[in-house]
Amino acid sequence: MKPIRMLGRSVRDAVKSVIRNFSLSLASISCITITLIIVAVAVVASFNVQNFTKAIEKDMTIVVFVDNDAEEKDIENIEDEIKRIANVEKYTFQTKQEVKEMMQQESEVFKTVLDTWTDEESPLKDTFQVKVKNVEKIKKTALKIESIDKVSTVRYGEGMVDKMVKAFSSIEKVTYIIVLGLVLVTVFLIINTIKLTISARRKEIGIMRLVGASNITIKLPFIIEGMILGLFGSIIPVILTTYGYLAFYKHFDGYLYSRLIELIVPEPFIYQTSLIVVGIGILVGMIGSASAVRKYLKI
Amino acid sequence: MDLIRVKNVEKKYKNGVTAIYDLNLAIEKGSFVFVIGGSGSGKSTFIKLLYREEKPTKGQVIVGGLDVAKLKNKKVYKLRRKLGIVFQDYRLLPKLTVYENVAFALECIGEKKDSIRVKVLKALEDVGLKNKVHEYPDNLSGGEQQRVAIARAIVNDPKLLLCDEPTGNLDPEKSMEIMKVLEDINKSRGTTIIMATHDKEIVNKMKKQVITLKDGHLVKFKQKGTYAE
Repeated sequence: MKPIRMLGRSVRDAVKSVIRNFSLSLASISCITITLIIVAVAVVASFNVQNFTKAIEKDMTIVVFVDNDAEEKDIENIEDEIKRIANVEKYTFQTKQEVKEMMQQESEVFKTVLDTWTDEESPLKDTFQVKVKNVEKIKKTALKIESIDKVSTVRYGEGMVDKMVKAFSSIEKVTYIIVLGLVLVTVFLIINTIKLTISARRKEIGIMRLVGASNITIKLPFIIEGMILGLFGSIIPVILTTYGYLAFYKHFDGYLYSRLIELIVPEPFIYQTSLIVVGIGILVGMIGSASAVRKYLKI
Repeated sequence: MDLIRVKNVEKKYKNGVTAIYDLNLAIEKGSFVFVIGGSGSGKSTFIKLLYREEKPTKGQVIVGGLDVAKLKNKKVYKLRRKLGIVFQDYRLLPKLTVYENVAFALECIGEKKDSIRVKVLKALEDVGLKNKVHEYPDNLSGGEQQRVAIARAIVNDPKLLLCDEPTGNLDPEKSMEIMKVLEDINKSRGTTIIMATHDKEIVNKMKKQVITLKDGHLVKFKQKGTYAE
């Protein structure tokens, strides 16, 4: 009972203090708000990037082009060899005619170009499309297939995915640096807010010490004050993330630019993100107030 | 039985000033002791050593069986809960009423609301301010404010009450009122009272034990002493 009573008292004191130093509290809250908005965007972006790089990796296919002079038995041989590779999950075969038809259906431009070629002139080849079980071993599998007789070339999207992931990860790094900088500024502002509170309540703190309040009883209201600033600062970012992401998702119908980049379904994703944002807000507030207490509350 | 025992205590401040030299004394439970001496005699330092605001450079300060000198900063609150302290400048919180000021001391140590109410009203009754519970300190006279401070100091029923020049800001008449309150507390609650003062009149009238300090040395410790001696 006693700890709950003391906690209640600390929360009451902390709320009073936030109201009493309203202008400075507001400055801290605004700073936390800005930081957390950027944090929220970074979190949403990085989870989505992770999500669709995974999806792309899952969809990755090895395209095997067969030599033009390959005969039917050569193609059968290639099929047998592919079947025998342990990492192959499944494969499909398309003749160059099928490829041509598929491409013609895909776009008008392709159709016009393809129509100008006769079968002899066509650069298209018979192809196998191979899906692998383990994407990390895709390169090895591709090389193995390439060594099969009558296989002309082998393509797999590793280069593209690699570049994409690298680009996203460097964007992520820059974002983290900005976030870190903002967090530091925020912590500094909170330290100053709490410092002011401490000096405004110096007399009270002195009396508390005289009458035998334990150190934790004296410190707790200030720490809670920092946490409240963090909590208040996370309100707008949480609202923005929740409704912003919902609107974003709706606007793009769940996909970004193409079917390749699928966005994360909003529920429960937005709740998890909100939780992370609130958590970071409270943590930043607590770190700021705790260091102010350590620095300025000499007890 | 001795409530306080001071053995070979020396206090040297960081600025090099020695406030107390080799002090030895014992104070019995339930006694009323004046600590007298001029400015810089070490009165206030002596009181501060007792509530562990200052640590002695040498020696032992034992209060209620506890060696205060060895007490860690973190544990000081345990000592403070066993004693009450009153200062010349009252140290009340102006935004709180009389009742709230006294209750504050108990709230800080996590006392229950019901028990706070009973104890606060009893303490205010003991200092004769039961009719002023809802007043704010600024609306009270100096004497009344000091009585609120005394109520706050005794509300947790401490064994020891330390007073550092409690009448320093009051006229002789109000001073005697305060002394009456302190004497009553000493008698009715059995609280040991140690009071630093330079008010000759009070010391001579009260006829209590007197510790005389001069330049940090114990000059005399007399039962029923006066200032002149």
